[in-house]
Amino acid sequence: MIPAAFDYHRPDSLQDALGLLQTHGEDARVMAGGHSLIPMMKLRMAEVPHLIDLQAITGLRGITIDGATLRLGAMVTQHEIIEHAGLSCAAPILREAALQIADPQVRYMGTIGGNVANGDPGNDMPGLMQCLGAEFTLVGPDGTRSVAARAFYEAAYMTARTDDEILTAISFPATTGGYAYEKQKRKIGDYATAAAAVLLTRKGGTCASASIAMTNLSDVPVWSEAAAQALVGTACDDTAIKAAMAAMDADIDPGEDNRGPVAFKRHVAGVILSRAISRAWSRT
Amino acid sequence: MSKKMQITLTVNGEAQDLLAEPRELLIHVLRERLNITGPHIGCETSHCGACTVTMDGKSVKSCTVFVAQANGASITTIEGISTPDSLHVLQNAFREHHGLQCGFCTPGMITRAIQLLEDNPNPTEEEVRFGMAGNLCRCTGYQNIVKSVLAAATEMSAAREAAE
Ligand SMILES: Cc1cc2nc3c(=O)[nH]c(=O)nc-3n(C[C@H](O)[C@H](O)[C@H](O)COP(=O)(O)OP(=O)(O)OC[C@H]3O[C@@H](n4cnc5c(N)ncnc54)[C@H](O)[C@@H]3O)c2cc1C
Ligand code: FES
Ligand code: FES
Repeated sequence: MIPAAFDYHRPDSLQDALGLLQTHGEDARVMAGGHSLIPMMKLRMAEVPHLIDLQAITGLRGITIDGATLRLGAMVTQHEIIEHAGLSCAAPILREAALQIADPQVRYMGTIGGNVANGDPGNDMPGLMQCLGAEFTLVGPDGTRSVAARAFYEAAYMTARTDDEILTAISFPATTGGYAYEKQKRKIGDYATAAAAVLLTRKGGTCASASIAMTNLSDVPVWSEAAAQALVGTACDDTAIKAAMAAMDADIDPGEDNRGPVAFKRHVAGVILSRAISRAWSRT
Repeated sequence: MSKKMQITLTVNGEAQDLLAEPRELLIHVLRERLNITGPHIGCETSHCGACTVTMDGKSVKSCTVFVAQANGASITTIEGISTPDSLHVLQNAFREHHGLQCGFCTPGMITRAIQLLEDNPNPTEEEVRFGMAGNLCRCTGYQNIVKSVLAAATEMSAAREAAE
């Protein structure tokens, strides 16, 4: 379990990190917490002749809450998300999801930026970012651009980020109404068999707006507008939840693997979504 | 082989300077170069927590940290928490409450538990179970590990209150 040899770089500014990516091209890769990348390097599924550790770039850290907009530096860890009181108030779904990622040791090291940039369908944050309508800030040699989370994922491990860009921050609006992040896993610390992120608002007795995203049920996270639409205007009763489950089922495309056959995954996805909707509705 | 680099670590309060390849894992450097063999290798794949050490106030799996990444950091292993003549409260609690059988997981368990109680000095049973979830034990069934951590938490709080 020893990775191939590499040269290690620890730049202390974003400009230096971008410069190293330019100089070394395809041979270079950035590392955040390393808790997806190091296991891949140990298995020699990833070879990185020039490893650029982002830990010393202070500009990539920090959580800011500016009115109704939240901004997280790419190097904010899952542990920091869980501990941040302001964030838990402004977008409690983020803490609920972070608590279901991996285990304490991994959460001290794993970052939000690494989790969303990785492109692994098993990661939990990409689905949640679809649900929240987050924007990702990318900085490259040609400057800064913003990409919607919902337009970021192209295929497993393929994203809209080009190799010479660094993800610097994630921003999204504060949430109102009910929320739930529900995840089925084989054991604590496991990736999802299926997970659902649900945000709902209520007006009187009915659902005024909804956003629903699913994790690990396709090679990209699935934002299901149809499932959300099935809830709007209803009282989120059994009939409405069944309609949302059917709409979601048409949007996912799970594959068979060691977490089970396709029929099982579709079944679990339905159960998880139904629980998430009920819990979110009970919190509106 | 890649170029070696100069690494400086503070391990259990002592400065350590060594030359290492950046790809070397922290656990290997601790065990094989510094002869600090308390942290164990159970799985080497980031799952079991036997290799847990404290790095700058964080519990980490040292099989998933490159030594280059740890350069400059302060590391505490089970060896650094006490002396054989005066055990740490958690070590005594594990002994009292049968928190170990074969002992393989214990250095990781205790190192993790110390940081857990640092972050949350008065945890509930559920919080202990959740906070220890990154450490696997093949022997005890966890019951007595949880008891040991809760007992240590009570004792440490009582000692803090008495000191105030
Ligand atoms: C035992 C275990 C269990 C886990 N369980 C879960 C789980 O249940 N759910 C889950 O979501 N995750 C899980 N993970 C993964 C963990 O959350 C990772 O920490 C996370 O996926 C990646 O974050 P990182 O900071 O470690 O990124 P790294 O591993 O450092 O990087 C991951 C990838 O993203 C790229 N990258 C990182 N930062 C940037 C940036 N700023 N700009 C551009 N590219 C970047 C890297 O080049 C690399 O390709 C688990 C990991 C382990 C070891
Ligand atoms: S040896 Fe590091 S987690 Fe098992
Ligand atoms: S006491 Fe044997 S593995 Fe825990």
